[in-house]
Amino acid sequence: MKFMMAELCGKVTGYCKGKGGSMHIADRDKGILGANGIVGAGHDIALGAGLSAQYRGTDQVCVCFFGDASTNQGTFHEALNMASIFKLPIVFVCENNHYGISMSSDRHMAIKDVADRGAAYGIPGIAVDGNDVLAINEAAVEAVARARKGQGPTLLECKTYRWRGHFEGDPGSYKPKEEQEAWLKKDPIPRFAAFLKENNILTEDDLAALDAQVKTELAEAILFADESPIPAPESVVQDIYSDIVEEVRVR
Amino acid sequence: MKTMTYGEAIREGMSIRMREDPNVLLFGEDVGAFGGCFGVSAGMFNEFGGKRVRDTPISEGAIIGMAVGAAATGLRPIAELMFIDFLTVGMDQLVNQAAKMRYMFGGKISMPMVVRLPAGAGVGAAAQHSQSLEAWVTHVPGLKVVYPSTPQDALGLMLSAIDDDNPVMFVEHKAMYAMKGEVTSFDPIPLGKGDIKHEGKDVTIIATGKMVHEALAAAKKLEGDGISAEVLDPRSLYPLDTDLIAQSLGKTHRAVIVTEENKRGGYGGEISATIGEQMFDLLDMPVVRLGALNSPVPFAPVLEQAYLPNAQDIILAVNQMQ
Ligand SMILES: Cc1ncc(C[n+]2csc(CCOP(=O)(O)OP(=O)(O)O)c2C)c(N)n1
Ligand SMILES: [Mg+2]
Repeated sequence: MKFMMAELCGKVTGYCKGKGGSMHIADRDKGILGANGIVGAGHDIALGAGLSAQYRGTDQVCVCFFGDASTNQGTFHEALNMASIFKLPIVFVCENNHYGISMSSDRHMAIKDVADRGAAYGIPGIAVDGNDVLAINEAAVEAVARARKGQGPTLLECKTYRWRGHFEGDPGSYKPKEEQEAWLKKDPIPRFAAFLKENNILTEDDLAALDAQVKTELAEAILFADESPIPAPESVVQDIYSDIVEEVRVR
Repeated sequence: MKTMTYGEAIREGMSIRMREDPNVLLFGEDVGAFGGCFGVSAGMFNEFGGKRVRDTPISEGAIIGMAVGAAATGLRPIAELMFIDFLTVGMDQLVNQAAKMRYMFGGKISMPMVVRLPAGAGVGAAAQHSQSLEAWVTHVPGLKVVYPSTPQDALGLMLSAIDDDNPVMFVEHKAMYAMKGEVTSFDPIPLGKGDIKHEGKDVTIIATGKMVHEALAAAKKLEGDGISAEVLDPRSLYPLDTDLIAQSLGKTHRAVIVTEENKRGGYGGEISATIGEQMFDLLDMPVVRLGALNSPVPFAPVLEQAYLPNAQDIILAVNQMQ
């Protein structure tokens, strides 16, 4: 969390040394190939990661996350087709929050379930309640097992909602009030907490401690970001190539 | 006379033609009731309706391709890409289709389409939302390219871009949308006509887009130091007003070119080469060319500022030419 916060603040200690920013958080060492600023670009990159895992003979599986509106990009369709014919170990996870900026999913596509799109490419398409942690877990475990068995990709659609605007400063006024209110009631966090309590997995105190721990981590992350140095201006021309360092203008 | 922001002027240009010609229409991501990611088309959905101001899904290839097909069959579409950076996704439709169709068809078709391309850095939008890619499109025969630097120019060039029977790339700098200026004329500004933004006699600073304002700031400062700099804004990158450049250099004999693009391979290089080839005799010394560093656009503000060319760089360049 602290490296992410530092990156958001453009600090040298951030995941991307302050060069990537909020849209490009990445950590290759953890197998994270980055958030992407180009809607739909990740679908194709997932192909390569899947191919690589298959080629190297590991049991790695590539999990590719994307939004509902990104599935209107050609890349989505090309990637699903190619992953399917090559039986690549990929789980395509669509976080369907029902909006692409101001465009609701019933305006940006003519079908209800993104999951249906899997059929066109011979891929199982599974729609689950995206606010149900356990339902997602179950579907994901199965999709990963399928990928590991060499049976190819799965398209997993998690139905959820975007609570706020698309960006800071977007009031989200295009979202109908009743729709918003109905979804707010389906908040997955209290729902899962209730499940944990009811099944005597965690007590009220455990949950409160967890909450406090998260708050502490967040405060520490903010402090870390605040206290971290900004990048040296000359670093602007580093990391472009593995070997060449471009010239800096002399002021 | 009216005071308008750059964004409002672009909107006004589109709206004027849409009121006059039912074949002009606007489409792109979130351009409808939302009014566009930068608010440029705010209110147009209400005025013209969803048939003419249309939200599209996130499909840049299809957005540009739809403009091509519509232009080929009698409409005059304006397609908005939310950021110029997304040209990459629609590049085939632009480069292989829009630009070449008339030629490949032996001149028997026209392609009256405008593609709006919000460009430029300085707003902390990082590597994939801040680029200046005008050289990509100036390189392609069949495309015209304009880049207004003021509300007046934005309005006049938008009118001409819509009126033109060829694909016109309308580059707009996202950090200038809120910039205010006087609009005195509601007439089209012909493509290929540059403008002297500040008169001077010692050196010509040729600048495009937001760099025009850096050049003006530099000229003001240089004036205090006794150097009289002329600021020339080509406004159209292609066609390029070489006559105006020659006229100015005939007076100043010195040229500094400043564009916001990565310097390597930027359109500033084309302007420089044109001067070298056609106006060498007018020059007292080699052309100086400024641009952004040859790096992706970094996120951290300190790095982004290091990346961008600015008035200080121009002043330094001019001082070194004396
Ligand atoms: C190629 C491209 N086109 C447009 C955008 C602008 N844009 C950024 S996010 C977004 C909406 C994405 O919607 P969705 O895929 O549903 O993801 P969500 O933001 O809802 O998670 C758009 C249009 C972009 N970044 N890249
Ligand atoms: Mg979405």
